Amino acid sequence: MKKQFLILLLAIFPATLFAAGAGVHLDKAPIDIYDKDSIKRGAKSFADYCFSCHSAKYMRFNRIAKDTGMSEDEVREMMIYTRNSKGKPTKIGDLMTVSMTEDYAKRAFGGAVPDLSLTARSRGADWLYTYLRTFYADDSRPSGMNNTTFPDVGMPNVLWELQGIQKAVYTTEENDGVTSEHFSGFETAQAGSMTAEEYDAFVADLVNFMVYVAEPVQTERRDLGVYVLIFLAIFFVFAYMLKKEYWKDVH
Amino acid sequence: MANLLGWIDDRFPLSKMWNEHLAEYYAPKNFNFWYFFGSLALLVLVIQIVTGIFLTMHYKPDGELAFASVEYIMRDVPYGWLIRYIHSTGATAFFIVVYLHMFRGLMYGSYKKPRELIWLFGMFIYLALMAEAFMGYLLPWGQMSYWGAQVIISLFSAIPVIGDDLTLWIRGDFVISDATLNRFFALHVIALPFVIVFLVIAHILALHEVGSNNPDGVEIKKNKDSNGIPLDGIPFHPYYSVKDIVGVVVFLFFFSVVLFYFPDGGGYFLEHANFIASDPLKTPEHIAPVWYFTPFYAILRAVPDKLMGVGAMGAAIVVLFFLPWIDRCKVKSIRYRSAIYKVNLVVFAITFVVLGWLAMQPVTGTITIMSQLFTFLYFAFFVVLYITSKNENTKPVPDRVTS
Repeated sequence: MKKQFLILLLAIFPATLFAAGAGVHLDKAPIDIYDKDSIKRGAKSFADYCFSCHSAKYMRFNRIAKDTGMSEDEVREMMIYTRNSKGKPTKIGDLMTVSMTEDYAKRAFGGAVPDLSLTARSRGADWLYTYLRTFYADDSRPSGMNNTTFPDVGMPNVLWELQGIQKAVYTTEENDGVTSEHFSGFETAQAGSMTAEEYDAFVADLVNFMVYVAEPVQTERRDLGVYVLIFLAIFFVFAYMLKKEYWKDVH
Repeated sequence: MANLLGWIDDRFPLSKMWNEHLAEYYAPKNFNFWYFFGSLALLVLVIQIVTGIFLTMHYKPDGELAFASVEYIMRDVPYGWLIRYIHSTGATAFFIVVYLHMFRGLMYGSYKKPRELIWLFGMFIYLALMAEAFMGYLLPWGQMSYWGAQVIISLFSAIPVIGDDLTLWIRGDFVISDATLNRFFALHVIALPFVIVFLVIAHILALHEVGSNNPDGVEIKKNKDSNGIPLDGIPFHPYYSVKDIVGVVVFLFFFSVVLFYFPDGGGYFLEHANFIASDPLKTPEHIAPVWYFTPFYAILRAVPDKLMGVGAMGAAIVVLFFLPWIDRCKVKSIRYRSAIYKVNLVVFAITFVVLGWLAMQPVTGTITIMSQLFTFLYFAFFVVLYITSKNENTKPVPDRVTS
């Protein structure tokens, strides 16, 4: 009976797992959350290319300084271009908000621009890494751009000068007299200022920064965990010896 | 010191309580691995209450501020992230520990006479715990908080006649809103913890009144020495207090591995969609409850009719209350019970896990048919148990515990 059940389970599980896994293919993001230089480069790119429209409103500027080892002045220089509601330059301890209003965003892009503080946790690093590399020219879209990872996305490819412009290539397949088009890959229509490898590295740094922003404490969390586990392992030895000692006289 | 203790004892039964519940509470000496989970459940309860208090100091139960206040705790409150992750990991740990504790009861017949009330108090704790966890999950005010609550509360609308008014009364609004968040906060932080603590005390008092069961299902009080102390009993303190410390350390080790290295449990403990602030206008692609509710959610989804589905889900929980009377076998421990019971219990355990897995899959034809099959198996456990336990082919039970 038990064996029959296990066989039944084994028979059913792979079938259903396969059925559930019909999503978009995602490339693995080559990031290292301990690489502070990469996060610094990502912060610079974020400030230059994302931060005009996208906020990171749960994050503070000075946290980036503290965690990456940059001085507050360096961060100010790199990231702060705005003024606060009193007309004074935005303070280093402020949250990373943007001045673009939702109303403007709706008129310009057809929808509110999402906050990016937690995107790496809701979408995942791999999704971000793939998404930023899968824009292609599509004349049917208002921005002239589309994306295979996020079809009909409102955002134009703001990185096109770096990446260049890609075209989607389709193969035509004939099956039982029905022809269908399948996306097979990209080809470069116009070269950008970066090679493909340089661009991938650029995006990886940016994604690394976004993963950091989504949970700034994560390296500290992992480092603290080591000490806690070592402590518990040592404590276990003493607890176990104490138990042994007491239980000697239980027969 | 002795004077102080005497002074207190003249006015409050401190030594008496210490002796009754710890130093002179005689527990069977043959507790095995499965007997760690009771004390661990108590530990997790304390962890949840203490971390909950600190979270409450910084959390804002307000539809406009709640989501941001959680991120504030995660980023700006010193060690707020640690407190928050302990609390969220604690919710998962609570259910793991409680499920194993309940399974122990099934294996060794701990719900049988004279321990029916212990089981009933325990089931009420489980029920209160489900309500507590459900309401707690709304508080981060993310997309899954919002839409999960939306789905579950709308289940009440399936009840004939009063359904719609009832859901309105629960939500305090026509949709999940600030009003719902506020009342769930009140219930999560004050009402239900009170209920749970009260029930836990009742659970332990009932246990200490009749004494603990054990893996042999032998009543140790039947064999006492000349001082009236059970021959197979040992004082809970120090023997089981030092043993439980070992259990606590091992538990905390696993707990810390999750806490420090997998706090979101790959999207099962903290769901990905819950990192997006709640939005009443956008439904997430795939709404699934947190893992500890999934077996019952699978039963709900398995039944095509909404009212019948809600009924089946409710019945799946209610039937557990009646276990002491469904199981009519006089022998308690699985060690001395028939092969039928052993197979039945193993199938039940597998069914519970598979149902949980099924509820996390998007609905397809295969998944629905499988859910129906395993829903049938879930209830079949109780029917088979009722029929076969009356005249079960059991093995002789020893007089004394085996070690």
